[in-house]
Amino acid sequence: MPDTVIATFQVRQLTILDPSGDVDLALLPKLSDDRLWEMYRFMVLTRVFDERAVSLQREGRMGTYPPVKGQEATQVGSAFALTKEDWIFPSFREMGVHLTLGFPIPQLLQYWTGDERAQRIPEQFKIFPFCVAVGSQLPQAVGAALAVRYRREPAAVAVFFGDGATSKGDFHEAMNMAGVYRLPIVFICQNNQWAISVPVKGQTASATLAQKAVGYGFEGIQVDGNDVLAVYAAVSGALEKARRGEGPAMVECLTYRMADHTTADDAGRYRSPEEVEYWRSRDPLLRMERYLESRGRWTPEAAGEVRGWATAAIDQAVREMEEIPPPEPAELFEGALAELTPRQKRQRKER
Amino acid sequence: MAQLNMVQAINQALAQEMARDDRVVIIGEDVGRDGGVFRVTEGLQDRFGPERVLDTPLSESGIMGAAIGMAACGLRPVPEIQFMGFTYSAFEQLFAHGARLRSRSRGRFGCPMVVRTPYGGGIKAPELHEESTEALFCQAPGLKVVVPSGPYNAKGLLLASLRDPDPVLFLEPTRLYRMIKEEVPEGEYLVELGRARVARPGREVTVVAWGSMLERVLKAVAGFDAEVIDMLTLNPLDMECVLGSVKKTGRAVIVHEAALTCGVGAEIAATLACDGILFLRGPVKRVAAPDVPVPLAKLIDHYLPSIQQIQAAVEDVLKY
Repeated sequence: MPDTVIATFQVRQLTILDPSGDVDLALLPKLSDDRLWEMYRFMVLTRVFDERAVSLQREGRMGTYPPVKGQEATQVGSAFALTKEDWIFPSFREMGVHLTLGFPIPQLLQYWTGDERAQRIPEQFKIFPFCVAVGSQLPQAVGAALAVRYRREPAAVAVFFGDGATSKGDFHEAMNMAGVYRLPIVFICQNNQWAISVPVKGQTASATLAQKAVGYGFEGIQVDGNDVLAVYAAVSGALEKARRGEGPAMVECLTYRMADHTTADDAGRYRSPEEVEYWRSRDPLLRMERYLESRGRWTPEAAGEVRGWATAAIDQAVREMEEIPPPEPAELFEGALAELTPRQKRQRKER
Repeated sequence: MAQLNMVQAINQALAQEMARDDRVVIIGEDVGRDGGVFRVTEGLQDRFGPERVLDTPLSESGIMGAAIGMAACGLRPVPEIQFMGFTYSAFEQLFAHGARLRSRSRGRFGCPMVVRTPYGGGIKAPELHEESTEALFCQAPGLKVVVPSGPYNAKGLLLASLRDPDPVLFLEPTRLYRMIKEEVPEGEYLVELGRARVARPGREVTVVAWGSMLERVLKAVAGFDAEVIDMLTLNPLDMECVLGSVKKTGRAVIVHEAALTCGVGAEIAATLACDGILFLRGPVKRVAAPDVPVPLAKLIDHYLPSIQQIQAAVEDVLKY
């Protein structure tokens, strides 16, 4: 009886912009200097938004908030690869995607004050509401991809999730179905290495998350998630392939959650200062600044201007957000059903 | 008019709606080539193609989640979950997402899907193939729960469900699938959701039932002047109909094959106590399964409400 190797696999890892700011010219995606600067601006905007959101929470002006800090390259790079026709299924920590796509900033803040009116996504965005139940957005994104294909739309679906979600059954069911039907969907895993207190090695014995895609019959690629150019290149490539009808892909973005899981968490309880320090030196903003400096675009003054622009935009958004009147009690019933039941109507009257 | 059983009536409703509306897509395990394990979707893949009758991997949460995504993106999916006991794998998708998508997106995304699943005991099937846990799903305010009791109302309720803007859990009483034949009009007709019907008029006692139990209740009350209410929809509950009947009869018996505790009968009895106490001449009686897991075939007759138990309850309330 033969004992033969019948399958082997390889996993690619992509880095274009390294921590010192050097790029691999052979891999560099075609992006103008202006476009690179735009990427940088949105990374800064995301950072400033995030810092402000955390301080608003500390001041009691906002509810529990999950910081993005450290994941700006992953989110901004992915968002740059998306078109207006693509569907986006976020988890709850993709504020950088929303900001890059021009989502109204007051509304983004409003959600985290505990106001579900902010979950009504404006019509021009094909973005699903934030999904708090980890991983449960994945099968829904598969359904969106089925609908996109059924209607022959020239679009793809991008679904975002973290390393923790890869342990959930819904990750398996969604990846499996996407593979079976060869759907136009890209699974974007932000491996920020911590699911609250559990590190990746506590989620899986697999050497990478990207290789899980192999088991579902499509490619998974790992990219340096703090390298906005690598993320952009990998996600655009995968989305274009998906739009061409060549099936799904998974992009694992290896990044780091530089902050706590949420403002209610204290990451100091479970991870070492050395680890945090190491990743601080790999901050995605830093390496983009170094690269842009080498291109003659970044200077301390220009950086100051970008920060000033971002701060002013967030200041203005906070003011607008805080001027939104609180919801009326009847708002409880909004959208409970297309037409409320007689009992719901009575209950609404009684509020 | 043709005499159809429930399987044929449901199949006809699906075919007619698929012909009328190309957004209607069936998705589930074995629904295509095999026509479903109960043959409810038989012939539909041949007629409408594999893109509209989609055989899926064995993946209930995936089916339910995909259906939600399809519905939100403009289709009208009809996910079939092969048996009600398998909905538990898909519970999070249905309960935490499908039922609340309209609310949590504040109306941006609706979830017009009809989750079809066979339910109920008495078919000599393995474990978890005979569940009747409808009350679980009635706790989801954004989900309608519909239970036909015969071929005629199955077709009309399904057509109405398929045109409803919100998600509907459509529970098909497995035991009755081929037991009852009725006149079913060939053309389309809708049976309004959220409305109960008087299945048999009477004056002395109101007996409330739905789905699989209706046939048994009608047999049980043959010798009584009983009014039988067929709920048809369990969420929202048509309590106006029940209260109207009890106002006339002064007595109420509720029959369901789900376990007694926190069954839908509890909600009906509580509403009778709150809004109909002055109509009642005596206590409300519930005939239900005991609070144990659904047994296998050898014990099922000791579990499901029997004709004798229903008659005993009716006799009991008639003493007042």
